[in-house]
Order: sequence, then C-alpha cells, then structure tokens
Amino acid sequence: MSTPVLRVEDARKSFGTTAALRGLSFELRAGEMLALLGPNGAGKTTLIRALAGRVRLDSGRVTLFERELAAAGPRPGLGVVPQEVALYPLLTARENLEVFGTLYGVRGAALRERVTWALGWTGLGERAKEPVGRFSGGMRRRLNLACGVLHEPKVVLLDEPTVGVDPQSREKIFEMLGVLRRQGASLLVTTHYLEEAEARCDRIVVMDHGVAIAAGTLAELVEHAGLAGRRVRLTLDRTAAGAPAGFTLENGGGALSATIGDVAAELPALLERLRAAGLGVVDLDVRSASLQTVFLSLTGKELRE
Amino acid sequence: MIPLLTRVSWMNLGRDRAAQVMVFVLPVAFFSIFAVIFGGRDGSSGTGRLPVIVVDESHSDRSRALVAALQADSSLRIVLHEQPGAGGAESSNGGASLTRQRAASLVRGGTASVALVLPAGIDTSLARFDGRGVKVLVLTDPSDPIAPKMAVGLLQKATLSATRAAADEFRGSDAGKPGTPVEELMPARTEIREVVGRKQEHSMVAFYAAGIAVMFMMFSASFAGGALIEETESGTLERLLSTGLGMTQLLGSKWLFVTLMGLAQLAVMFLWARLAFHLAVASHLPGVIVMSVFTAMCTAAFGLVLATAARTRQQLQGLANIVILSLSAVGGSMFPRFLMSESLQKASLFGFNAWALDGFIKVFWREAPLAALLPQVGALAGFTLLFLFVARRLATRWETV
Repeated sequence: MSTPVLRVEDARKSFGTTAALRGLSFELRAGEMLALLGPNGAGKTTLIRALAGRVRLDSGRVTLFERELAAAGPRPGLGVVPQEVALYPLLTARENLEVFGTLYGVRGAALRERVTWALGWTGLGERAKEPVGRFSGGMRRRLNLACGVLHEPKVVLLDEPTVGVDPQSREKIFEMLGVLRRQGASLLVTTHYLEEAEARCDRIVVMDHGVAIAAGTLAELVEHAGLAGRRVRLTLDRTAAGAPAGFTLENGGGALSATIGDVAAELPALLERLRAAGLGVVDLDVRSASLQTVFLSLTGKELRE
Repeated sequence: MIPLLTRVSWMNLGRDRAAQVMVFVLPVAFFSIFAVIFGGRDGSSGTGRLPVIVVDESHSDRSRALVAALQADSSLRIVLHEQPGAGGAESSNGGASLTRQRAASLVRGGTASVALVLPAGIDTSLARFDGRGVKVLVLTDPSDPIAPKMAVGLLQKATLSATRAAADEFRGSDAGKPGTPVEELMPARTEIREVVGRKQEHSMVAFYAAGIAVMFMMFSASFAGGALIEETESGTLERLLSTGLGMTQLLGSKWLFVTLMGLAQLAVMFLWARLAFHLAVASHLPGVIVMSVFTAMCTAAFGLVLATAARTRQQLQGLANIVILSLSAVGGSMFPRFLMSESLQKASLFGFNAWALDGFIKVFWREAPLAALLPQVGALAGFTLLFLFVARRLATRWETV
C-alpha cells in the first residue's frame, strides 16, 4: 500500500446548528486519484474548503506529508481547483496564469516556464492572448484547472472539475489529470459523476451526512455493500404470478433477477429452474454491481447532479 | 398579454429592494435634502444668517448706531471681534476689535464672504444723499457673488434705521431731484473691493471641476470596490484567499488601485478644465496635487466601505446611489455650501467630500498656501483611516469561517 500524502482524521465542522462534517476520516495515497463521492449536502465542498484553509475545522486533524496543517493559512504543497470558474474574464489566458502563478509564489523565469507549460497542457497556446471571457465553458474549465497547479503542488484538490462541460472537454480534462499523475501528483476529486469515479479513479470515498460511509476500490465497495457477484436479469415470455425461490420479481412480473457468483457454473442451472417452472426467457443480462448500485445500497438514495 | 407582463414587472419591482430604493427612497431623500437647503422645514428661508465682518474705524456715535442696527438685523451675523487664541473671528464681545487688514485676511481665508469697513468720517457721510463724504468699504470674496449684494442691501436698510432723523430731513430736501445718480441717493455709499488677489474669471469652473470630480470619484470608487462582490460571486475571492493572500493585503490592493484610478480621474478632469475652460491648474499645482492625493485616498476607502457593506451588486448600486447623491448634495458638489444654512454647512462637515471641496476651493479661489490646507488634509486622512478600519471589519465575513 502506498504512503498516505494527505490524511483527514475525525474532521468535524458545524455552521450554526447544521453539521457539515461529522467525524470524516480518509486518506489520499501517493500518486492516486481518489474520488470523493456524495450527494448534495454531504460535506464535500466544506471538506475541500477546510483542506484549502478557508474553513476552520471545529475539531479533527489534517496532515499533509506527515505534517499537521494549521487550521487556516497558506498550504504551499497543495493545489486547489475550485468548482467555480474563478478567473478574471477580461484578462487573457496568459495574464490569468501569470496572476495566479505569482500569487502562489512562482516568479521570474520559473513563472514564464510554468505559464508556457500550462498553455501547452491545456491546449490553449493559440488562444493565450485572448480574454478568457471569450472562451467556451470547457476551455475556461481547463484554464481554471491550470491556475491551481502552477506552483507544482504534490497534492491537488479538485472540486467538481468537469461539471457542466461537454464529453470532449471532460475527456481532455482527464487527459490533463493523467499528465499530473504521471508527474507525481496525488489528486482528490469531488464529483457527481458516478461513471467518472468508477472509470477514472483508483479509489472512492463515499460520503453522506458529513462522514465517509465507505472507502476503497470499486471491488472493495461492492464487497462492502454486500453486492458481490453478478446480477442476472431475465426478461420472461409471460407475466409470472410469483417469483421462484432465489429470484426477485421485477417489472410487474415481466422479469426476474438473481445474483450468482460463477456465471459458467450457475447460469445454466438458473435457466433450468425457470424452464421447470414453466417460464420462458426471451432476454438475459448479466452484469457486475455498478457504483450506482453500490451508492444506492450504501446511502439509500440516488446520486443526482 | 400586456396586463400579464405588466404584472410580472410589478412583481419584480416588489422583490427588488435596490430598484425600490431607486424609485421611491432616492427621490424622497433628494427632495428632503433640497427642501432643507433651500426652503427649510417650515417654509422659511433656509439660507440662514449671513456672516458679515464689521470694522468700525470711526468709533462715532453714528457708526456705533449703524453697527447696532446691523446687529439687530436677523438676516446677519455680525462679527466684530477676533476670537482670542483662534484663527477665526467671533461676534461676541471678547477679543480685540478687528482691523481692516485682519478683516481682509479673514475674507480671503473664507471665514466670511464679506466685510464692511466703516472708515473715519463715515459719521458725517451717512444719509447725506449728495454723493459726498467717505464710502463704506465692502471687502468681498468673489467666489460668493450673492453675499456682498445681500450685505450691501441690508447695510442700506440699517443705515436708514440708524440715521432716522437724517432720512426724515431727506424727505424735505431737494437731493432727490431728477437726474441724481441712484448710487448718490443711497444712505450709505459703498466701494466694493475684492480681496482675493488673482482675477477669478473662472471661479465657478474651478468649483464645478472639483465638485463634479469628487462626486464621480465616489461613484467610480464604489463601482471599482464592487469588484470584490463580483470576485466573491465568481469564486475568485475564494481562490485568491486560498493562495495565502490575507484579507488586509487584498483590501490594500483594492484601495491602492481605486486611489490611483481616482487620481487619474481627477487629472483628466482638471486637464480638460484647463484645455476647454482655461482653469489655472498649473499655477495651483502643489495644492491641486496635495488635495487630489488625499481626496483620492479618502474616496477609495469610502468606496471600499460601500462595497464591503453590500452583499450583492444590486445592493451596492442602491446604497451607492443614495449615499453618494446625498453626500454630494449636502457636501457641496451640486451647489456651493455657502448657499446652505449655517447648521447645514456645519452638518455637511460630517461628510468627507465637503472637506475635499473646501480644500480645492482654498486652492483655486483663495490661493491658500499648502499649510492652510492642513485642516482639510487632516480631516481627509482621518476619514480615510476610519473608512479603511470599517471596511476591514466588514470584510471579515469573507475570511476563514
């Protein structure tokens, strides 16, 4: 197991009577992309703001590279990419990069070098002299991302980095994140997109009501949620009056579902039992538990944008 | 369709506080300010008592009677004596009697817009109606064209009152025969003398250049300060603060920018006044620079207070309109403060812009040396510190929570 670069232990934060974080604990490991998944109000943005030094935790401990972070103040080793496109629309892409690079303490030749790198990295080299206000949503998102990593942070916090962008731009953003990872950065990403978390991230922390209710790879989450195995869905040639043993009735009796471990060994027996019960199968679907299923199982609710 | 959309517009108005302020509060506030300035609440004249310095060089019974008649006039506040230990003058009996030179100096300095000097021999010159004898010397500040005319008119009335017997004799004399110049028929003949050395051909240009510049600097400052609100809404402020930048640094940068912008705005205004209206800027440059710098600093800090007090751009717009227009009306940007009642003139000094305008008027009209700007500069510096303190306190809501 890789070393944790960022560790959050028992983080608690309340705003008045509303508890945003209720003892959240998790860790981000070196070089990984960790998804922080949760419905609205789960505490994701509060956590990101606390990590960025913008929200003072009521209690708990945050360590970055084994050093405890102060409650507030600058975080030199941390890059923060906010959910909002936090740029100056009347400044050009290059000027925005120069401003935020300077604020992060990058100066002189190093700044010029980083700005050139960022323009190439975002694919905005040819639009460097255009005001950001003229950019498409996807281009602004990419620049927004670049402005948070000019100081070459080893840990980058990304709050919904792909929200509201088209699939092509989303793909480009994940390409960019891939470059960061290859350069040794560890990424903590909050997202609403289950498929992104499932396909792009190494591990997932599922948050709800200010706590982490599960953490791990998708397989580990599936295991944790008791959803191991394959889910088989069978569409029937008629409406079944009741579900045979081991099956669940679906679609008003028009379909049945069951969970099996070994497809090759168990599926033929399943079909045989149906045939014996006088039910014909017109269609069949076998799939593993998805993150959506896991999320639903763990939180009892769908994750919506 | 038309009624429906009209109803929607009314609903929007009902939910838009800034628009409500613009539509209902601002006109009422403005009406009230102008009513207080020009009409007074009871409908009487709101211009108050005109301060007039009187120097009695005659020390005769008749000159004393004239002074007494002037003092009895409810439209005048007669200043006879120097206030002990202060640079001004008082109407009380304490302190030394004012001299002609001191009276001229006080008018030049703006303590009063007019001084009446009753020279030796005036006792035999009043109410002669023959065009002979010495004249009452009227020392005037040309920046106030109304006060001397008012003072001279009331002088005639007071003279008639003080020389009642002579006036009665006049009825039976032949002094008023046809063809006698009107000036000679006045009970007190006068000689008007402007005490401000330079010819003030463009005094109103200077007044309006400064007045309008200060008013629009306030608008510009509030608008520029409003960038803080936009940065909050766009998330840029959050990002800036997460880089380790402190709120004090952030506000400092905004203040410096708005100050420099204000200086540029003043420079453009005075340059245009010089080119288009021949305002003598170059000959007053040191004073203009000092006043511009302190005014810009104070206006910038004021803009930050408005910006940090408002939660949204709409709130800021409504707040800025009502506060700035009110301050401008009371502070003298729209018309000179000497037209206002004395109490309103004093009250207006609670606004920084009145001090700024006083300073510019001292520079352009009174040709005051830099040292004479000390009260204005001091007041502006004090206001600046106060505004910055308030803005910093209000900005704590954006800091780490």
